[in-house]
Amino acid sequence: MADERGPVVDDEPPMRMREQIVLQVGGRLLTPFILLFALYVQFHGDFGPGGGFQAGVLFAAALVLFGLLFGVDRVQQVIPVSVSEVMIAVGVLLYAGVGVTTLLLGSAFLDYDALSAEHGQHWGILLVEAGVGIAVAATMTRLYYAFGSLHPDSEPAAGEHGE
Amino acid sequence: MAAESVGQGLQQVALSTAFDVHFPALEVVLPLVAAPLCFLFRSRAFARILSAAVAWLTFGVALVLLQKVLAEGTVRYPLGGWAAPYGIEYRVTVAGAWVILVVSLVAALTLLFDSRGSASRLAPERRYLYYSAFLLCLAGLLGMAITGDLFNIFVFLEISSLSSYALIALGRDRRALMASYSYLIMGTIGGGFFMIGVGLLYQMTGTLNVEDMAQRLPAVLDTRTVLVGFAFLLVGLSIKLAVFPLHQWLPNAYTFAPPRVSAFLAGTATKVSYYVMAEVVFVLFGAHFVFTEIGLGAVLMPLSVAAMFVGSLAAIYQADLRRLLAYSSIGQLGYMTLGLSLANVEGLTSGLVHVFNHGVTKSGLFLVVACVGYRTGRTTVRSMAGLGTRMPATSLAFVIGGMSLIGVPGTAGFVSKWELIRGALAAERLWLAAVVLVSSLLAVVYVWRVVEMIYFGRPEGLESLGRDGEPVREAPFSMLLPTLILVAATVVFGLWSDPTLSVARSAAVELLGGAGG
Repeated sequence: MADERGPVVDDEPPMRMREQIVLQVGGRLLTPFILLFALYVQFHGDFGPGGGFQAGVLFAAALVLFGLLFGVDRVQQVIPVSVSEVMIAVGVLLYAGVGVTTLLLGSAFLDYDALSAEHGQHWGILLVEAGVGIAVAATMTRLYYAFGSLHPDSEPAAGEHGE
Repeated sequence: MAAESVGQGLQQVALSTAFDVHFPALEVVLPLVAAPLCFLFRSRAFARILSAAVAWLTFGVALVLLQKVLAEGTVRYPLGGWAAPYGIEYRVTVAGAWVILVVSLVAALTLLFDSRGSASRLAPERRYLYYSAFLLCLAGLLGMAITGDLFNIFVFLEISSLSSYALIALGRDRRALMASYSYLIMGTIGGGFFMIGVGLLYQMTGTLNVEDMAQRLPAVLDTRTVLVGFAFLLVGLSIKLAVFPLHQWLPNAYTFAPPRVSAFLAGTATKVSYYVMAEVVFVLFGAHFVFTEIGLGAVLMPLSVAAMFVGSLAAIYQADLRRLLAYSSIGQLGYMTLGLSLANVEGLTSGLVHVFNHGVTKSGLFLVVACVGYRTGRTTVRSMAGLGTRMPATSLAFVIGGMSLIGVPGTAGFVSKWELIRGALAAERLWLAAVVLVSSLLAVVYVWRVVEMIYFGRPEGLESLGRDGEPVREAPFSMLLPTLILVAATVVFGLWSDPTLSVARSAAVELLGGAGG
């Protein structure tokens, strides 16, 4: 407990995530598999249940889990705030870009057949779902940064709070 | 016939340069693409120019669409080339084209308005976010009026709502956060109710396309599920439309939002919800079911009349100009829903023509208040004291806009009210005509309070000094121009009401004729 005499001492609070060995080991083990599963859902979405939104949420969930266990700054070393913001816009633009491309090729908006007679539908949905996945994952991550970080608008100085 | 011609058009487009078949999609895609671009480039100047350019482009596209719809009938556009009812279809009706014209016009003029960076809480280097949210809101509102798919309407409703919560929260006054939060709660309930209604109807009909559902609904119209679905749709939309007594979110939201956002939302957001409600009532369920079988008129009519009086009465007692205008909006929305509840051509015409007339008038007035706020630093009724000599053009603009709110002949407001009274008489409800006239007298009171302050009020003490202690001068040209254009439009279309009335009338005929029941 913090009192007026000084700051919290690192090893006193009992609920620090960094002391939860079981959660840490479990989380460390699970994170890569969640990320992999997200990619599976992303690419399987062309042929069955799944798709960009679910994949994006899973991908971001892995990052959030890792962030909860090891600190937001560790996640931000991998995906900085600025990158997450750029990815939000890039995802939407990728989706809309496919639509605009089909428009410019003379077909209806998002008519994938315009891309290629043979593979159009496949390429089209792949790109669109990639756009959705990127935008959703980036948005969820950025939301987590906004709520989970003391400095939501900027990246913390390197090494601060690092372990 | 219309579908055939568009189908032929789609085939021809590869050969010819007739790009205008893609205009329904383009209308939504333009702001939707511009929004992430503003976000990506992180430049305020770039965002400002791009958003204004896109808003004017959507206005141009809306004009072409309206002409096309009037000439050829409903314009259909299958997204992705998948034909309705399997694919999502953009379906531009006369009423829809009319609404997008109003929305894009108001957006273009409010973005032309130079708020001089005084308006929002955002630090200058993050102000591109404002334009990004503005464009998303525009895309959502346009999409709601263009799409012919119920679930798509919900998606666009949420796009416009979420971005408008963000925009309102940017107001400089800290109370904007609370206003935005309560709008968020109410708006989410409204959106959620709409979604539940769509879900129930989808369960009963197996389709989401509005026209297709309208054909399938009569078979299951007597089931309780459909009735409940209709209730959810209607209540959800009533929240977004601020139908009395679901209007509580509106005054604070319009009062504390950044000035241009107030002007934009006041002229557009509720109007689009009005269109969607008209489509649900007349196209989806049909006037016979809604008004004859379940008697919605007996509910909507008293609520509309109550809104007219409660809104106008509350406006009389407001000390803040923006809050005064917001309460006046609640009253004016009452006229629009009253027209809808009459369920005849004149009534619906008056509602639809009021979409334009009130949109232009109220946006113009909010911009007038923004001008006053910029020069005096305040937006209270007192801050208008003696502005008649110091800000003559702005003052005159308020007087004209105010006259349009009252419904003085020669202004746009008169055209709508005249049509509404004709509708009341056509429905053989003489008392309604009297009620409309009496409630207009209340508008005289709240407008006169301000006019009296402008021309006969004397600023006392420090009130004669504007913001930063400078003497109050006329607003800069970049602010005055869009304000005066909007206010001038209320006079132009008040005197020359043929174009607005004829479009609104054909939209009303089309909606009433589209009764599925």
